[in-house]
Amino acid sequence: MALSREQMAMRVARELQDGYYVNLGIGIPTLVANYVPEGMDVMLQSENGLLGMGQFPTEEEVDADMINAGKQTVTTVTGASIFSSAESFAMIRGGHVDLTVLGAFEVDIEGNIASYMIPGKLIKGMGGAMDLVAGADNIIVLMTHASKHGDSKLLEKCTLPLTGAGCIKKVLTDLAYLEIEDGAFVLKERAPGVSVEEIVEKTAGKLIVPDEVPEMVF
Amino acid sequence: MSGFDKVVGSYEEAMAGLEDGMTVIAGGFGLCGIPENLIAEIKRKGTKELTIVSNNCGVDGFGLGVLLEDRQVKKMISSYVGENALFEKQLLAGELEVELTPQGTLAEKMRAGGAGIPAFYTATGYGTLVGEGKDVREFDGRKYILEESIKGDFAIVKGWKADRFGNVIYRHTAQNFNPMAATAGKITVVEVEEIVEPGELDPTQIHTPGIYVDRLIQGNFEKRIEQRTVRQA
Repeated sequence: MALSREQMAMRVARELQDGYYVNLGIGIPTLVANYVPEGMDVMLQSENGLLGMGQFPTEEEVDADMINAGKQTVTTVTGASIFSSAESFAMIRGGHVDLTVLGAFEVDIEGNIASYMIPGKLIKGMGGAMDLVAGADNIIVLMTHASKHGDSKLLEKCTLPLTGAGCIKKVLTDLAYLEIEDGAFVLKERAPGVSVEEIVEKTAGKLIVPDEVPEMVF
Repeated sequence: MSGFDKVVGSYEEAMAGLEDGMTVIAGGFGLCGIPENLIAEIKRKGTKELTIVSNNCGVDGFGLGVLLEDRQVKKMISSYVGENALFEKQLLAGELEVELTPQGTLAEKMRAGGAGIPAFYTATGYGTLVGEGKDVREFDGRKYILEESIKGDFAIVKGWKADRFGNVIYRHTAQNFNPMAATAGKITVVEVEEIVEPGELDPTQIHTPGIYVDRLIQGNFEKRIEQRTVRQA
């Protein structure tokens, strides 16, 4: 069975460490915040200028001046800080954020990522995604392995305009966890009940399959 | 009267001198911390052919979106746009030009513009459409592109409190691009919720020192919320 959105978030949450500053992109990455292990302290960075993002406010707590990068009303956690956009991107571009999790349309064997633009459709912009992928060392891309039409999103070479070049090393899909090493995807783990054959079939870019590919356990 | 007093008497006075074809840098992220009354004054004036530098372009009927209604905007320099139908329509009709700029690069372009730095190298956008045609240099084995800074004929800024000398404090995430915008205008206009006397604000807490501010006005704000997300109490 392919992983559910929640299971994908749960798997990524295992990469968290106590004391991590983390930036979560819009969509499935946001769900990772729900699975921070008990007793572990993690601070969420929101690129509009907030470190220590809390949960959504109650109706009484709603404040128009307190939003996240998705423009949603939020609260702060104890020990949070608020700053300008330049400061926010200094911490992102300066490599101070410990883990960045974001979605993508395509990733390729060179670590290129395409996530913001589909030519022919309305182009809304890259927001902070280009800064995040260029600035972070530890990035996990979270996406489905194939499109709704069955086309692989793990490619030899990205076909869409890039968000960043050569910056991705880790990809978690609904079928597998893979790392990018020396111009190939390396299959590290597979979703429970998903065969290596299915992953091979749905991976267009060069794929290295070790002798042992453990199943994820939930 | 002190020569440092930046307070003006009306929004008309606040935006006096804005002319067709000028570049305006605006603070704000989405609809949060936007100088909504200064934008409304630009609409009232009917100034045309403007280049607007702002992370976003508001929504239909609010924020910078209102400047699209009478086609006052020639070009937007932004990181994320298109939350409004009119924007999309004008873009597809070729009536509006957009220069998409990564959000961190946009913030840095304003910061550098205000700090007298004409350009800077950044890894952001290298190897993408953003980097095309830009100077590339390698430092420590990594490639960077040269990005030019931005200055505005006007900067329009939304603060929370300010003293009459133009020392400004922002509130929560309504800070966003406002401090950088404030530094990068030839004429910087700040509107706030409350103006106090000099000495009432703690100097240690000032975000934007008054040296950057040319005109200051107190206004009333609607503060529209783009995505009202709540949890059960």
